[in-house]
Parts: sequence; structure tokens; C-alpha cells
Amino acid sequence: MYQVTINGKQHQVDVDGDTPLLWVIRDELDLTGTKFGCGISACGACTVLVDGVPERSCQIPIEDARDMSITTIEAVSGKVAQAVQDAWREKDVVQCGYCQSGQIVQAIGLLKENSAPTDSEIDAYMSGNACRCATYHRIRAAIHVAAQKLEG
Amino acid sequence: MTSTTSRRGFLKGSAAAGATLVIGFNLAGQLTVQAGETVVKSFNPFIKIRSDNTIIAVIKHFEMGQGTTTGLTTILAEELDADWDSMVPEFAPADRKRYANLFWGGAQGTGGSSAIANSFMQYRQAGAVARDMLVRAAAATWQVPAADITTLKGVLSHAGSGKSATYGQMVGAAAKLTPAEDVPLKKPEDFTLIGKDYLPRKDSNAKTDGSAIFAMDVKIPNMVYVVVARPPRFGGKVKSFDDSKARAVRGVVDVQKIPRGIAVYAKNTWAALKGRDALILTWDFSEAENRSTDEMLTQYRDAMKKTGNIALDKGDAAAASDSAEQKTSLEFVFPFLAHAPMEPQNCVIRYVEGKSAELWDGCQSPSMTQDVVAKILDLKIDDVKVNTVYAGGSFGRRVTGDADYGGEAAMAAKAIKGKYAVKLVWTREDDLKGGFYRPMHVEKLDLALNQDKVPTLWRHSVTGIPFFPIPADKLDGSAVEGLQNLPYDIANIKVDQHNIDSKVTTLWWRSVGHSHTAYSKEVGIDVMAEMAGADPLDFRLKLLKDHPREAAVLKLAAEKAGWGDKMAPGKGRGIAVHESFNSFVAQVVDVSKDKDGAIKVDRVVCVIDCGIVINPDVVRAQMEGGIGYGLGAVMRNKISFDNGEVEQNNFPDYLPLRMSDMPVVEVHIIPSGEKPTGVGEPGLPPLAPALSNAIFQVTGKRITALPMTDSGIDFA
Repeated sequence: MYQVTINGKQHQVDVDGDTPLLWVIRDELDLTGTKFGCGISACGACTVLVDGVPERSCQIPIEDARDMSITTIEAVSGKVAQAVQDAWREKDVVQCGYCQSGQIVQAIGLLKENSAPTDSEIDAYMSGNACRCATYHRIRAAIHVAAQKLEG
Repeated sequence: MTSTTSRRGFLKGSAAAGATLVIGFNLAGQLTVQAGETVVKSFNPFIKIRSDNTIIAVIKHFEMGQGTTTGLTTILAEELDADWDSMVPEFAPADRKRYANLFWGGAQGTGGSSAIANSFMQYRQAGAVARDMLVRAAAATWQVPAADITTLKGVLSHAGSGKSATYGQMVGAAAKLTPAEDVPLKKPEDFTLIGKDYLPRKDSNAKTDGSAIFAMDVKIPNMVYVVVARPPRFGGKVKSFDDSKARAVRGVVDVQKIPRGIAVYAKNTWAALKGRDALILTWDFSEAENRSTDEMLTQYRDAMKKTGNIALDKGDAAAASDSAEQKTSLEFVFPFLAHAPMEPQNCVIRYVEGKSAELWDGCQSPSMTQDVVAKILDLKIDDVKVNTVYAGGSFGRRVTGDADYGGEAAMAAKAIKGKYAVKLVWTREDDLKGGFYRPMHVEKLDLALNQDKVPTLWRHSVTGIPFFPIPADKLDGSAVEGLQNLPYDIANIKVDQHNIDSKVTTLWWRSVGHSHTAYSKEVGIDVMAEMAGADPLDFRLKLLKDHPREAAVLKLAAEKAGWGDKMAPGKGRGIAVHESFNSFVAQVVDVSKDKDGAIKVDRVVCVIDCGIVINPDVVRAQMEGGIGYGLGAVMRNKISFDNGEVEQNNFPDYLPLRMSDMPVVEVHIIPSGEKPTGVGEPGLPPLAPALSNAIFQVTGKRITALPMTDSGIDFA
């Protein structure tokens, strides 16, 4: 049994200690907004907030997650999260949508650190998040829109 | 043939389940209506109107991100005069009689950039007939002439009497009427939704808060997770396996041999993966593809020593070659490419032995999946139910002749006699190594100009692996699309094509044959312009006198990009145009070369003519996406073989385009009254050659071996 705190709730999960947080979130807790894309931290689809910072949940064994406060796309909240999700909708960023939970969580992390990122700062922070539909152009625009919302 | 059912099955009580008006076509192509919940078998419903004013748009195509749910919903809402916010798309079930792709001869599926093109008139008619019934119902209820009733955003109004009603209020009365057989459609100038610059996508909300359900997210009772160990070479077989360690992995519930390999069943995905890792396997490669990429290329080049199947033969190519003033020859090599959609292949199946099967799948061809699964499980086609859910990308990958992952899920379910429901999961490695690639191609081009610098010869030879077995002496049209109708006015053209027999499975990859032919064609024409000492734009336009739509997109792209402006040192600009899926796209690509010689793609200006535009913002998104997908591939993607084994494992070896690679993209749409044509794929083909032509401007190098990194191009 391992203990994990996800979206403010404590859960006990009966899995092997090496089970990545990703699979606990998806298969055990049925929070399917966090996606599996590569399993090796190469695509960012599984990004969650760990103590407020974007991390790849496929790389965190559940045995290391005991003291972490984890937030998934289903429970992101607050001004920054709201601004990012609103901006995503305004720009109609999504296409297939499979990577977008990870993109949004990563973008929340960016705007928490840097409230007015430049294009190159966006590129640097977001480049670990792959989108095969190539919605990058709109992600960049949406992050700028979200930054403006937070300023205003 | 038109029929009206009674209102039996009419649901009363809860707010969400009120009267329902179902509109569609019966098998004779006539319109029909029915009320209530009961769906009569032979009907083909596209619209359901509920008494709470929700209007359900039944979407016969799947959504892989291309925007079809928004597009088809727009068409219905337009003719229906519905309120956009009241429209709710719902995926159609597998039912080829009702939901066939009208371009696919009775099959139900999505592909070839045909979703809007084949559905446009069908969905307009369905919307118009429903509106007409609502109007007639209001006329009868209010005792006023139908002609005096207007409709706007889901509300019926009669100015004279001041009466009005919502569609939901009138649906019960409308459902009693017989649908008219000939309802006039709106004039295009009266469209308010079709062509509207921005209409919010219907899938934006669910894909922004994590609630959108993909097959990977489906969980049903008594479900286990299955991964399969497959032979690491195409055509390989399992020789022996020892599953004792796999079965000892905590969470593993079963291991079975299935025709595709060894299936490991577990209580969660991680346990299934650990179980698979613990299998001890030996393989039989006696009938497998055991060669490396270079050996395959030798086979291609040997085949090309002879003339292949003729795709186009105009004038006298041999004589033109003999009498030429200037000649050149080029050989292009295009690699195998994986589609690598973000959501790896997977699906969920519930099998009741001898009775039925039900699948949850981001299903690109429900009829093909039904056929394959029914055969594997020895069921009647109608006993295989397919629930289509969102697909996490496809780019062509989710429709194969053997419904590969759907079929594999059925095999896994069959091996345990339906004891558990099965979620079959492919990993990224399974996906990249699993075949169904855009085939490797070799293309040879012989070009000539006469003494007046007029192009006189286009001799083009194409060699690749067909998607399905095609005899060596039969033309594979997919391989030469874009060349069979070469638009350039050149007196002597000969195009031939060779089929290579291989165990490596191949498949349509976004834009299919155009993904390679557009490159050789548009780099080839640039080479000719250079030989002629002509401007690449002027040279093309002179040869496109009888092709006004190509010429128009070229001219507008050039104008918007500032073609002809002096470029700063280290900056290059290239152009290309290509018709695919009956749409015309021109692109101008700007690049810079940094002090180390690395290339940065700065901007792409894209112009498309796709006939009547349903959702301009979706068209823009598809152009942006096609450009990005094509760019990542041409820069650095390939699938290669070493002694029959795929050398790429996961994204680091098959690096997707990253945010930092994405150029600025500007999209312009040519206004048109022509019928709507493809959008999902046509944005891709011109990108690679336009980029190549731009890089030539700053490096003097013609890139003929792809990906570009294999030709020594570094990207910043």
C-alpha cells in the first residue's frame, strides 16, 4: 500500500512501488485527463503539478510520491489556471486534444514563474511538450493571451 | 418509401429526455422522420431535436483533430437555422447502411480529406428538411401560412400574430408530419454559420479540462489491460516462449499466444508491461524481412533499371531527351515514416463468446473494424458494435486493411473466451516499430530544356511498396498521385511506377502519395527554373496558364509573402504549389542561416483554395497543422532498418516537431463558390519542397535525400 495525495485527497493504492504515478492516476484513480504518450519523459502528455511545479508523472515511482501534493488537469484551479484554460478556448488551440492536458499544465507552470514570457521563453519552457497536430502556433498565442488576462 | 412512425417510445418526465425528432434518409435516399427513442433499422438519422432545445448532430465521421465534429455540425445548424450553442455533436454508431462515406462505395470511414466534401449536400438536406417540418408544424399549430414563418437561432416566429416557439416546443408536432421530399436549400449568400470567420470548436471545452474521452480512457467493468509481445521483424513468428516469470508478476492474470504474438493480461497497464518484459521469447525469422535499409534501396534501384507501369505518357520523351539543349537528372530518396499520433494505438473490447462484441475505439473505419472483428470472433457483422470516441490523432494510422489493433484486441479477447473485457494498449515503442509506414520511395527525374529555355521533358519514375499487395505489372495509383495530372505545360511527359514486394507493412500517411510526389515535382520545377535562369514564381506561372486555381494560390502567396523583395544576407525564400484532394495550396517559406550554417524556418505563408469554406478557423488550423507535421518529418524523421529490425524506439529517435521548431504561419483562404474539397491533408505537400527551395537559396544545395538532416542540413 502506498499513500498519495492527488487533487487534495489522500489515496491508498495497492500497487508495486515502482509503478509510475501516471499509471496510478489513470488506472487506479480513474483520472484520465493525464495522458500516456511515451512513458520516457519525451513528450509531456503526462504532465501534472507536483507541489505546483510541472513534472512528468511517468517518471515518478509511486513509492517516491508519498510527500508530494499532486494536481492533475481535472483539478487545476486559481487565476493562472483559469486564464490559461480560457485562453486555450478563445484561441481554439486544440485539434486531437490528446496532448493538451499536458500542454495546459506546463503552461500554468510557465506563467506562475514568468507572468509575461517572450516567444523564446515560451519555446524554451514548452519544448518538452510534443503536439503531433502541431498546435504550437496557437499554444504560443494562447499563452500570450493568458498573460494579458493575468495582467489586466 | 417515405414513412412516419408513430410517437410510441416517446419519453416523458425528465427534462433531458423529452420529445425527439429524428431526421435522416432511408435506404432509398428519401427523407424520413421518426419520433421518440425507438430507432427503426433502415433509417439514417443525422439530427435529433429534444424538447429541451438541445439539437444533437449525429456525426458519421470520426474526430482525430481535423475539426469534423465542428464542420458537420455547422452544416446542419446552417440549414436548420439553429442556435450554435444548442448544437451537440454525437458520434454515429457503426452502421454502413446509414453512415457510409459517400465517396467510399458503401464503407463507413474517414480519410482522403473527404469528410466535408462527401457530406456537404447530405447534411444540408437533412438540416433543411428538419427546418421545413418545424415550420409546417408551427403553421398548422398557429393556423398561419408557412411562408410567413421565419426561423432564427432555434426559434420559429410569425410576425403577423406575434407568435413564437422554440424548436424544442414544436418538436412534438413536427414529428407527426411527413418530411417533404424536395426542400429548397439556402442560397450561399444567406449563409450565417458556413463561412463565418470564427465559430467555437465543439471539442474545445472537453479537450481543455481533461474530460474528453479517448479510447485510452475507457474503463468498463471486469476489464484487464493487455500488451502484446510481437516479433521484432516483419514476417517473424514466435518460435518458443516461457511465461513463468511473466505470470509471477504481481497483477498479471493471464498470458496467451495469439496470432500476432504473446498477449499479457493484467490488472493495470504497468503490470502488463512488466509481465511482457518478463517473457522469455525466441523468434523464427526464416520468413522475415531481415534486410537493412541500404539493401532495400538496392532492390528499388535494380527495379528501376527497367521501365515500370506507365502512369502518364504524353509526347515523345525519348526524342525530347535526344534533342535537349540542357538536361539534368535527380534521384530522390524518401524514408519510411511512422504516423506517431500522440495517442498510441489502443482499444477496448467486450466479447461475449458466440454472441456479441462491443468496441470502444477512436475508430477511423467502423465498417472495416466490424468486418475484421466479426471474422476473428466468428460473429455476424451486426453483432459487433463499435462506439467511436475521440482519437488522439491518426494522420491515416487508424485505418488499415486488417484493422490491426482492433483485430488484435479481438484476438486477445477470443484467447480468453471473453472472460475479461480487454483494453489493448500499444506503447510508443510498439507504435514506432509496428509498421504501417509511409513507404520508402525512390524517385528519379530527368528534365530537359530546349535552346529557348523552354522545358521540353519531364521524365519521372517512382518506386515504393504498395499499401496492399498489387501485382508488379499493375499501376499503384496512390504512389503517383499528383504526377498523373502534372499541371505544368510540358510537351513530353512520361511517368512510370514500380511496386516493390516487401514484408514491411505500409499505409497512407497524411497526404498519401502527395507526401513524396509534391517534393520531387516542386523541387524539380525549381531546378528547371534555375536552369532557365528564370524566377521560380514566373517560371511556374508560365507553365500553369490552363490551371487558374493553382496560379491564383501561387500569386496570392507570393504577394502576401513579399516575393521578389530583396532578401538580407543569410535569408532565403522558397515557393511551391500543389493540388491534392481537389484543393489547391501554395506556400512560401522563409529561412535564415546562422553563422554556424544551421537553418531556422522563420515563416510560412500559406494560401488555400478548398472551394466553399465551412469553418475558416478550422481550415487555418489544418493548414498550420499540416505545415507542422510535414516540417518535423522532412527535417529529421525516418524509420530505418538494421538486419530487419526497426532502429527507432521512442520519441528521442523519432523526434517530433517541437514548439521551438514551429515557424510563424500565416494562412489566407481564396473565396470560392466551388464545392468544398479537402483540408486535413492538402496543407502538407507544398511545405517540404518550398522549404527545400528556400534552403537552396542560402546553401546552393539541392536536397534530394530525406530527411534533410541525412543530407547534412543542421537546424537551429
